[in-house]
This record gives sequence, C-alpha cells and structure tokens, in this order.
Amino acid sequence: MPADKNMKILVVDDFSTMRRIIKNLLRELGYNNVVEADDGNTALPVLKRGGIDFLITDWNMPGMTGYELLCEVRKDENLKDLPILMVTAEAKRDQIVQAAEAGVNGYVVKPFTAQTLRTKIDKIFERIDAGGA
Amino acid sequence: MVEAAMGEDFSSLAEYRKAAERLIEHVDAGDAEAAQGIIDDLTHLRETEIFRELGSLTRDLHEAIKTFQLDDRLADITSSEIPDARERLNYVITMTEQAAHRTLNVIEDSMPLAQELASESSRLLQRWQAFRRRELSANEFRQLSREVDGFLEKVRDNGQLVHDKLGEALMAQDYQDLTGQIIRKVIALVEEVEGNLVHLIRISGQRIVEERIPDSDKAQQDKDSMMRGVGPSIPGSDAADVVGSQDDVDDLLSSLGF
Repeated sequence: MPADKNMKILVVDDFSTMRRIIKNLLRELGYNNVVEADDGNTALPVLKRGGIDFLITDWNMPGMTGYELLCEVRKDENLKDLPILMVTAEAKRDQIVQAAEAGVNGYVVKPFTAQTLRTKIDKIFERIDAGGA
Repeated sequence: MVEAAMGEDFSSLAEYRKAAERLIEHVDAGDAEAAQGIIDDLTHLRETEIFRELGSLTRDLHEAIKTFQLDDRLADITSSEIPDARERLNYVITMTEQAAHRTLNVIEDSMPLAQELASESSRLLQRWQAFRRRELSANEFRQLSREVDGFLEKVRDNGQLVHDKLGEALMAQDYQDLTGQIIRKVIALVEEVEGNLVHLIRISGQRIVEERIPDSDKAQQDKDSMMRGVGPSIPGSDAADVVGSQDDVDDLLSSLGF
C-alpha cells in the first residue's frame, strides 16, 4: 500500500530554497500537507506537539543538526516510530552507517532527482506496511 | 660629504638644531654648495632611520611568521586548506554555472512551446468566432474541427513538456543549498585566517609600540642598534654615509687623525 497522501510531512532544512524544492516535489507526488522548519531546534517542538506523520530532514544545519534531531526523535517515547528520511549532502560512508544505526528509514544524497525522492518515500512506507506498523 | 656626515652627530635634537643653524649660516653667507651639503646630510639621516625601522619591522614579522610555522593548524591552513578553499570556490563557480545553464535551457526549450500554443490558439479563436458568426461553410467547419483536434493534442503534449521542463528548473535550484554549504566552510576558514593575521599584527605591532612609547630612549636604542650592527647597506639608498671601498675607509681614518 502506498503512503497516505494526506499524511502530514515536516521538511527540515536550513536553506529555504531546498525546502521549497522538496515541498514542490512532494506536491508533485501528491503530498500537499507539508510544514517546514529550519533546523533541529525549531523542528523538535513541532514534532513534540504531535500530528507529524513523516519527517524529511537535512543533516548539516546550524543549531541542532539532522543527526541530533534523529537521535532526539528516537529517544522520545511518542515519536520513536516516526519514519524519517534524511536528505543531505553528507556523503561519507561512515556518516550513512551512523545515521542507519541511529535509526533513519531512508537516506538521500544531494543533489538528488525527483524520481529518487519518490522511490525512497515509497520504499519507506512499503517496509512499514510489511512490518505491520 | 663623507667627512661632513661623520663629523656631524645627528643623534639628538640639539644636533638637528646645530645643523639647522649651520644651514642658515651657509644660506646667509650665500654658500649654496655648503647649504646643499647640510640638507643632504639631514635627508640622508632621515632615510637611514626609516630603513632601520623597516628592517626591524621585517625582522619582527619574519620571527612571527616563523613562530606561526611551528603551529600545526597554520601549516595545515597554508598547505591544504587554502588550496582546498580555492578548489571549493572554483567548484561553486562550476555549480552555479551549470545550474544557470540548466535553468536557461529550460527557458529556451519552454518558450517556443508556450509561443506555439499562444499563436495557434489565437488563429483558431478567429476561425471559431467566424464559425459562431455563421461565416464558415460545412467544409470549412470540418477543416476547423480537425484543426481543433490537432490543437488539443498539442496543448496536452506541450503542457506535459513544459511541466517536465519546469520540474527540471525546480531541481536546478538545489545549487543554492549545495554552494551555500561550501561557501559557509570557506567563510569559516577566512575567519580563522583573519584571526591569525590579527594575532600576527598584534605581535609585530607590540614591538613597534614598545619602541615608540619611550621616545626619549630612542637615541639610546639607535646607538644600541648601531652597536649590534644594522646589517649590510642597501645600495643606492644609504650610499652617502657608507664607505665605497677600503680606500674610502683609509681616507676617512686619516682625516680623523689616525
């Protein structure tokens, strides 16, 4: 079953241009319920307020990084199962392993294509469905 | 000239005064050559001081740089980070250029697609209005009907093409994030270098400040400096009070009674 098109997605990136790009791509894919934050510090309160179904985050941001945000989310009892896709220019092998170990659901390296984003999102929700989540 | 310079001791203001008074005497006496001699000596003395100052500044800077070279971080900056930063900035140029071309390609490709629809629709609109005014024959209407068919297909195809092109233009904007991250790193490096430079200037500046504040000690310091040695003369600049050969040395000594 594909991902629910009405799910609420939080896009976190310090560059507003990248947030716009991702937001537009998501709209193309049929996801219109998108909110934004510019780093982990602004994203976390939004997440804690509840109602976010899917998190797309950059890694390298001033304030709280995407990796720290990922760890915070996994620590939080109410958020620990939130699907997270990392979209970042950080491309070192060790970093990707680190993110995976911290519990990221998908990892897209910038620059990316619309097709890549679609595939990763679909894959994340296919796995979640298969896992019975 | 040499004798005059050696005979005069300009190390104090009193000596300056003495030279000035002698200058006036020579001027009053109408002895232009002698007056010129005094002026040359004064000018020369001033130049020597400037060079000594420069020499000492250079030495301080050299010392400071040597100290910095022992600093691993600075060595790292000069040997790898600056060339790396240069490469990064070149990469930024390449990326922004590519993004601009990608976007311009989309514009160039899309404009004729939109133009085609605009001109075809305005032609068909005229035919359609003619039909509404009942000005078309049955044959003409059949022709118009075929053309409308073709036009709708064109709208569908061009619409899809422009949509895809705009998606391409959208993705091309990712350069701002990527180059922005690179530039931030270079800014951090520049800030670090700036900090080091300020430190360097502070180190060499201290020497100057320390030297300048006790102005009364300056003559003594100059003397000390002379005692330590001021280094080889700079050809063409301080030639007037520097001997040119051993003969000059002998001549000088004999004129002083040796």
